[in-house]
Amino acid sequence: MNRIIKLIATYLRIGIMNEMQYRINFFIQLLQSLVALGTGLVGLALVFDHTTELGGWSRPELLAVMGVHILMGGVIRAAIQPNMQTLASNIQEGTLDFALTKPVDSQVIVSVREFRLWQVVDVLMGLSVLGWAVNELQGQIGLGEAVIFAVMLLLGGIMIYCFWLMLTSSAFWIIRVYEMINLFEGLYAAGRWPVGIYPGWLRSMLTFLVPVAFAVTVPSEILVGRIDVLTLVGAFALTAGLVIAARFIWKLGLRNYSGASA
Amino acid sequence: MKISILVEFQYHVANYFYMIGMIAEPVIYLVVWSTVANAQGGEVGGYTPGAFAAYYIVWTLVRNMNIVFTPYGWEGYIQRGQLSGELLRPIHPLHNHISFFAGWKVVVIVLWLPLAVALTLIFKPTLDDITFLEVVVFFFAIWGAYLIRTMLLSLLGMITFWTTRVSAIYEMFFAVELILSGRLVPMSLMPEWVQRIADFLPFQWTFGYPIESLVGRLTTTELFSGLGMQLLWIVITTTMVSVVWKFGIRRFSAVGN
Repeated sequence: MNRIIKLIATYLRIGIMNEMQYRINFFIQLLQSLVALGTGLVGLALVFDHTTELGGWSRPELLAVMGVHILMGGVIRAAIQPNMQTLASNIQEGTLDFALTKPVDSQVIVSVREFRLWQVVDVLMGLSVLGWAVNELQGQIGLGEAVIFAVMLLLGGIMIYCFWLMLTSSAFWIIRVYEMINLFEGLYAAGRWPVGIYPGWLRSMLTFLVPVAFAVTVPSEILVGRIDVLTLVGAFALTAGLVIAARFIWKLGLRNYSGASA
Repeated sequence: MKISILVEFQYHVANYFYMIGMIAEPVIYLVVWSTVANAQGGEVGGYTPGAFAAYYIVWTLVRNMNIVFTPYGWEGYIQRGQLSGELLRPIHPLHNHISFFAGWKVVVIVLWLPLAVALTLIFKPTLDDITFLEVVVFFFAIWGAYLIRTMLLSLLGMITFWTTRVSAIYEMFFAVELILSGRLVPMSLMPEWVQRIADFLPFQWTFGYPIESLVGRLTTTELFSGLGMQLLWIVITTTMVSVVWKFGIRRFSAVGN
């Protein structure tokens, strides 16, 4: 375990050093995040120009959803997506051998190799939006809610990671995976709004197929004080299920992998 | 035989992924605005959920028509010096892109049809009272939109002649376009002053107008004046492209090849 933590720390340091070479990218990222935030706010303003609530959610409540969405998006693009993209091209080109021959668990190593520091801008921006929303909500958010919120956010992140790993593992069989990013981004964009507003079939897709509901809507629900115990238990159960499934599919895929050079 | 099936299957999955990713955007807008309409007693800004469904389903076709040679393409093209090869040809390089993408559009329309049927079955749009005239105008309008957007994005792409860090400029352009074109919401839902601003810009003629020419309630005069506006913008943008091109090409010094 100690070794794994050291390994993660090392890769993190390398990733940060890499990104530090391109400092101007920080400003480009900042500008892009601001533009994205601006469009998001315009969308929200337009909706509430015509109505006072959307599917039972008020404006500050939806602002909280947007904050969580930006925050989680930043985490995904900083730590999850780059690793999975590298993994996909490794599988495709047969260069995964280099990762497999390392003396640590292969799933760990393929999941921690990349880190995009500048995407952390989105994490900070998400937190600011969240702070703004909480301030507008004027609700009482005690220590208990804050802890549950953090835990749910973590579970959501793990679920998204498992989903990405399963999606990427499909590269062992179908090779071409570029469109996956497009697919994921499209579905993730749906999380900008609470999943409750979507028609039933889409809602279950966003809950169980792509766990956007648990990654964005559920943490937001805690902040706005509308959560039931059943959902929390469900989040734990689904996370456990996805972790096991992702592990299984990864192992299955590895058995199907037959290098390219060696 | 086995290989070809495998290849087809790969592309099948890939296309399927691509399509879900692509239609997610309008479906999100559609659901949000249908919810708003329902909460407001079934209608908002003159749009019922059925009218929104019609708007955003036609949206998917117009969006596909609007995919043109992107400024990112221009960027790589100019930076890597591929342009040199094209310059040797006796016609303007833009002709090549316009016709290449136009040809691809025909394939796109065919691929779009099953998608449209599926969306229609799911979201039940209001599609009555579409006249023959509207269909004809729509047919011309989507090609007009295609030309205007090609020219706009070419202008944007040619910025690369002068500077190479352009992605931030693109992002801002796309954000403005998203809001002022009718891609995000039908223009009539925008506040009055935003609509006034949009009137002076070409964006709504590439998105909102083609959609509304088919499923909106435009009068015959509005249908034809819309085509006129498109023509005007085609002339303006084409002139701008050729002027910028003339200056830009002097800045271009070939790399490699």
